[in-house]
Amino acid sequence: MKKTTLRADIVDALTLQDLCRLCHTDETWVMEMVEHGVLEPVGSTRGNWRFVGTSIVRAKKARRLSRDLGVNTAGLALVLDLLEERDTILRRLARYEAV
Amino acid sequence: MDFKDYYKTLDLSPTANAAEIKAAFRKAARKYHPDINTGADAEAKFKEVNEAHEVLKDPERRAAYDQLGQEPQPAQGGFRPPPDWDSGYEFSQSDASNGEAFSDFFETLFRRGSNPAGGRGRRPSADSHGRIEITIEDAYQGAERTLNLRAPVMGPNGTVTMQNRKIAVRVPKGIGQGQHIRLAGQGTSEEGSTGDLLLEVAFAPHPVYRPEGKDLYMDLPVAPWEAALGGHVVMPTPGGRINLNIPKNARSGQKLRLKGKGMPGMSGAPAGNIYATLKIVNPEVTTEHARAFFEKMAEEMPFDPRADLGGDGK
Repeated sequence: MKKTTLRADIVDALTLQDLCRLCHTDETWVMEMVEHGVLEPVGSTRGNWRFVGTSIVRAKKARRLSRDLGVNTAGLALVLDLLEERDTILRRLARYEAV
Repeated sequence: MDFKDYYKTLDLSPTANAAEIKAAFRKAARKYHPDINTGADAEAKFKEVNEAHEVLKDPERRAAYDQLGQEPQPAQGGFRPPPDWDSGYEFSQSDASNGEAFSDFFETLFRRGSNPAGGRGRRPSADSHGRIEITIEDAYQGAERTLNLRAPVMGPNGTVTMQNRKIAVRVPKGIGQGQHIRLAGQGTSEEGSTGDLLLEVAFAPHPVYRPEGKDLYMDLPVAPWEAALGGHVVMPTPGGRINLNIPKNARSGQKLRLKGKGMPGMSGAPAGNIYATLKIVNPEVTTEHARAFFEKMAEEMPFDPRADLGGDGK
């Protein structure tokens, strides 16, 4: 079996179309997420939007939550904010428990 | 193959009605969703819950399944369905929601011969998704890793087999938790085009560093005299050992910032910092000499660590 090392690119600064492809979704869904402040692209117009780092992670999470649990957009925005808050608190707790 | 008790999975009685099944499923799905539940077995449990719901929500499937549950089972050798167990029931095979393989039990009974990853109109692209766990050191320096992938492959006569393959990957330097890496042309082949393989990066738990974005948090143990007198100590970082200056009269819990010593920055962004929290550690007194030393300290250094606690002191 041949063995070659593949170079991996970091997925970052995605266009609207790239993000749709990554998340198996359409532009309408992404735009709704942006309107609710769930996703915060860099750039002023839709044409030059770029989705970076946390927005990509949030988009994937939001897709899974809406697909698996049927959460609507306002609910997604709330759930994602609360999950992030919880994770921050869990990390801080872990720091104290480690001592 | 083991018989799966789908009613037990959803904590339902076998006489539950459709509304009860739906409610139980929704409740369990919320509880075990891997994005919400961080427990190690949440993902497996979530899959079980989905599988149970896939069968119980469909009246025909449920009837066939209930019939099956009444067959006498051999005491040993696991579960085997009778040859004509589904005769008389009309259910559509294979429309599970997310294309992932369920248990052998489900796949055998409800999805014979169909493609677990194909199905109806899912996957607009042929990109494959996966996760890769790497260490903080790998992310800091970049590293080569071998991945074991398991993917369904369609044979020439339409049969689907799971095929294992290994690929070697160079993890880019500076990759962060939750970021994705793309391996162009390594996805599944579908209708002539081959998609990309996208991997979500997770950091393996580290005994020393706690990552937060580009910053790393850690505890730095120091001896009482190092804390009192200050001076240089040598400490490890992902980039190698460095000298660190401890201030005089340092307190336990004091946080020192090592600028730029955290995870490397990418595309012009600055590197993260290391935040080291000092932790004063006492040497264990095991020799007569050491005991005498501490006794002398106790005599000659008037110090009440509990002075701030109030009450009568002492």
